[in-house]
Amino acid sequence: MAERGGGMSPRVDHVALRDGALTVEVLSAGQGAPLVYFHSFHERGGWSPFLDRLAARHTVYAPFHPGVAGSTGVDALEDVLDLTLAYDELLDALGLDRAHLLDHFFGGMVAAELAAVFPRRARRLVLVSPLGLWRDDAPSADIVILPHEDLMGVLWTDPGSPIARQWATLPESEAENVAAQIESVQRRSAMARFVWPIPDKGIRKRLHRITAPTLVLWGDADRVNPLPYAEEWQRRIKGAALSVRGGGHMLIHETPDVAASAVEEFLR
Amino acid sequence: MKICFFHLMPYRFLPADFEQRYRSVWVDVPHSLYDAQKVGDLYHEYLDELEFAEQSGFDGLCVNEHHNNAYGLMPSPNLMASALTRRTSRAAIVVLGNSLAAYNPPLRVAEEFAMLDLLSRGRLVAGFPVGTSMDTNFAYGINPATLRERYYEAHDLVIQAWTRPEMFSFNGKYTQIRYANIWPQPLQKPHPPVWIPGGGSVETWEWTAKLDYVYCYLSYFGYKRGQATMDGFWDVVARTGAEDNPNRAGFLQLVCVADTDAEAERLYAEHVHYFYQKCLHVWEGFSEAPGYRTLKTMQAGIRPQVGAEARKIRQSLDWGKYLDAGYVIAGSPQTVRQQLTECVQSLRVGHLMVLLQIGSMPKDLTLHNTALFAKEVMPHIRDLWPGYKDRWWPSGAGA
Repeated sequence: MAERGGGMSPRVDHVALRDGALTVEVLSAGQGAPLVYFHSFHERGGWSPFLDRLAARHTVYAPFHPGVAGSTGVDALEDVLDLTLAYDELLDALGLDRAHLLDHFFGGMVAAELAAVFPRRARRLVLVSPLGLWRDDAPSADIVILPHEDLMGVLWTDPGSPIARQWATLPESEAENVAAQIESVQRRSAMARFVWPIPDKGIRKRLHRITAPTLVLWGDADRVNPLPYAEEWQRRIKGAALSVRGGGHMLIHETPDVAASAVEEFLR
Repeated sequence: MKICFFHLMPYRFLPADFEQRYRSVWVDVPHSLYDAQKVGDLYHEYLDELEFAEQSGFDGLCVNEHHNNAYGLMPSPNLMASALTRRTSRAAIVVLGNSLAAYNPPLRVAEEFAMLDLLSRGRLVAGFPVGTSMDTNFAYGINPATLRERYYEAHDLVIQAWTRPEMFSFNGKYTQIRYANIWPQPLQKPHPPVWIPGGGSVETWEWTAKLDYVYCYLSYFGYKRGQATMDGFWDVVARTGAEDNPNRAGFLQLVCVADTDAEAERLYAEHVHYFYQKCLHVWEGFSEAPGYRTLKTMQAGIRPQVGAEARKIRQSLDWGKYLDAGYVIAGSPQTVRQQLTECVQSLRVGHLMVLLQIGSMPKDLTLHNTALFAKEVMPHIRDLWPGYKDRWWPSGAGA
């Protein structure tokens, strides 16, 4: 059910914050300028072919959000601002004063908050279909609650493609299957606490604080977070560039080469 | 043993093809299916049925809270309870209940329940459900991650508002009240009995047992399916070393009584089918927000009552299966007496709640069911738990 894989074997660290009240599991690989990737609801987190490509020229850090995989302590976090403070502390713990910030959907909300609240942290910011704004005329899909079978057609341009099917496959053995379902609920629960019931938590009031050069990257067939949001993010972040590529909400997993090239080009 | 008449107040007029055309009876059920004139009439019809239940000898009258829901037209059970206080005089008014986290500030519940206790002259049972995910997370937008914490905090505030001798300050995480000082205070001392309607969450068993409240399992799937949940509760009671008094427990059972078993099917089958096929037709996405169930409860393997799995089971049902599975206890007085006795004894329940208006059942039939139950069934099960004191029954209600 995840886009695990990629050729690299990232290093795994468990970083304790706040005297152990929070632990963040961080994968890292590659060489070059530091780049931190924040994942979304429907990625288990962790490594992917997309990150593999970026690690060719960057040291990529991929933390799991608290409550996901080996990251613990989500109950201690009240809201997205609290989570942002925790990530500020994580960057200190990783010895990263500044880094490129990259993300997807829920992760985009986190990265944008980080770049707005702590502008000096972000060297460059790439927002891939970020969550965090709300338009009554184009509500983003309520994907944290969508049943598995309904989710496929919303996330992927072609739900029948090998990558989509690989993502959707649940383990066959009953015990593993149940464990995977519990993992999925836990992962979505952990993130839902920051965005329920409407993902607008006031970021629009803070976006003017972002000083990092910003790229907004979107799939033209994104059925989760429709295109009007792409324009809105670009408009609200001063000087932001917008790149719309052929693909769905899972652009970075559908076409990792194209997406990674777009990111590389912007970071260069 | 106390026997209570429970009403859900369903909308009786959903179209025949409702479950084919619409995805959910709850949360996003369309307004176009709703006729305000009819609902106005239904409220009076249903209040008549509740009042009739008291006249027929029921010990308590139960109302509950649902939102965005075509099978429960009571967003505010307190309004219905209030209407009942004026036209009844003996029966307990069992409000099951107010979903504490949905009230802002939750002091509102302390106030309204105090008013109901006074209006009814001490007949109130105060029910505090966490509330279903559909009601709380979806219809009221409450964050599933913090729902239970909000609920526990709200509970503490309400109990303090009822029991502390003077004004106090409450510095909660979700509610801050500098001057907590409700007027009026309830009539029953130290406060009205508290019943906790639960859906089978492990934490609720422990919490209810610890605070010495009544645990009520409001299941629509009968006493056979309810066994595991009630056993779970009694196991927790045993672990805490408390007395295994059956009056610690309540259970809701759907019941249809007729002169014969065959007559029961003829009279009630279509209404029971309406209930299971339409009233419980909930879209899987709404059945449970992520985070509503705790990890502990998920791991205990307790399934939600609605949603895809429940739907698959439901759609294959017919009258024979409703009865075999124990979802509904139906038939002649003899049949119903025998099965209800089994239900009460196997679940160890001292507060039996029966649903006698089911789905699309019209008033004349509901009154028929109620009268037959009161006359032919109730006297035979009343004394099933002799010798146990009921410390959880309101002091102003008839014993």
